[in-house]
Amino acid sequence: MNVDSIRNGIVIDHITSGRGMRLFELLGLGGETAPVAIMLGVASRKMGKKDIIKIDADISVDVDVIGFVDPGATVNVIKDGKLIEKKTIGKPERLTNVIKCKNPRCITSCEQELDHVFRLTERGEYRCVYCDTKASPN
Amino acid sequence: MRSLIDILDLDTGEIDALVKTALDIISHPDTYADVCRRKKLATLFFEPSTRTRMSFEAAMYELGGHVISMTDGASSSASKGESVADTAKIVSCYADIIAMRHPKEGAALVAAKNATVPVVNAGDGGHCHPTQTLADLLTIWRGFGRFSNLTVGLCGDLKFGRTVHSLIGALSRYQGIKFILISPEELRLPGYVRGDVLDKCGIPYTETKSLEDALPELDILYMTRVQRERFFNEEDYVRLKDSYVLTPEKLAGAKGDMAVLHPLPRVNEISVSVDRDPRAKYFEQAANGKYMRMALIMMLLGLTV
Ligand SMILES: [Zn+2]
Repeated sequence: MNVDSIRNGIVIDHITSGRGMRLFELLGLGGETAPVAIMLGVASRKMGKKDIIKIDADISVDVDVIGFVDPGATVNVIKDGKLIEKKTIGKPERLTNVIKCKNPRCITSCEQELDHVFRLTERGEYRCVYCDTKASPN
Repeated sequence: MRSLIDILDLDTGEIDALVKTALDIISHPDTYADVCRRKKLATLFFEPSTRTRMSFEAAMYELGGHVISMTDGASSSASKGESVADTAKIVSCYADIIAMRHPKEGAALVAAKNATVPVVNAGDGGHCHPTQTLADLLTIWRGFGRFSNLTVGLCGDLKFGRTVHSLIGALSRYQGIKFILISPEELRLPGYVRGDVLDKCGIPYTETKSLEDALPELDILYMTRVQRERFFNEEDYVRLKDSYVLTPEKLAGAKGDMAVLHPLPRVNEISVSVDRDPRAKYFEQAANGKYMRMALIMMLLGLTV
């Protein structure tokens, strides 16, 4: 894979420096689904430093995960070497099976088949819909 | 089809309607004696809470309905590994409404999402216990005839006390409410309740460690139990436990029409000699819980007289 040019794939740009690895992990890109390049601490005029993830394959990613980890990140969709879509995600209203509730008293801790669902509160935090526990940032 | 999971699922208009029905039940019990004829309430208690279960059962019987129950936990389907979701679906085939208590937080929501009949949360771990708050609210209404312009003292374990958090949420929707939070440092009201509820609603509050200092200002004193296991060391517990015990001597400094509430059971935080004081409303509060559960069952089943 050529890190600079992708013919078909996704470039997640403007990731706040330091969040790239976390996003990579939560998106489940660690497997062999697609060739992926992560660039950490890239110089940026606007941000000082930023992280970038390049996925060199025509796969879909869970944009809710991107919005959760870094609502300011931009997603660039590339087809045949051309940028066909560029968008900022923002914070999703709900997160389903992106993160797990860590409250040991939560019903999700003992009933494995339940979805782990978090809702966005007015304060911009995520809370478990079952027990209202705040999602921990990492 | 509606369920009650959190007290805030009910808007203030619905709270008013429930209070109105409950007051009418108290005045005219015979009118309601058959309103739930041929209806069945299932009480699903995955952990014991005899008092709450009996209150629900008494409520259904007084409405002329029937009650079916899981028996002891050991023989229940839960011990065979059945999920809350499946239990809720199956019990929906047998009952018209479900009251459920479960040790895990959020269990009632899972039941409500899967049941085809209304589910009432009768306590989900340390999370919510909305019918207790309904009992608290009716007691306040019967004492004052309003939910506004009240100074409410909350005393004891404000950190883990779910009844305290629910009552704060319910009362913060009214005008002129002021809270005085009385607790040891270790058991202060959590920051998220102060921030998400009190600060957000612009509700004034003060925090103090002294029950005596707060008492003269209060219209309502809501007592809770300070549990030994909440403390890191025995010394702190011993040092603090007596400062949050209500006695006739302390009560002497309170207003003549103040109401003392307690979600019960009490251990020693209200001296038995306070029971004779007309300001002690905690036993009436238990009765009020039954009336509000009656009103709630009617509302959720869409029944009127
Ligand atoms: Zn949870």
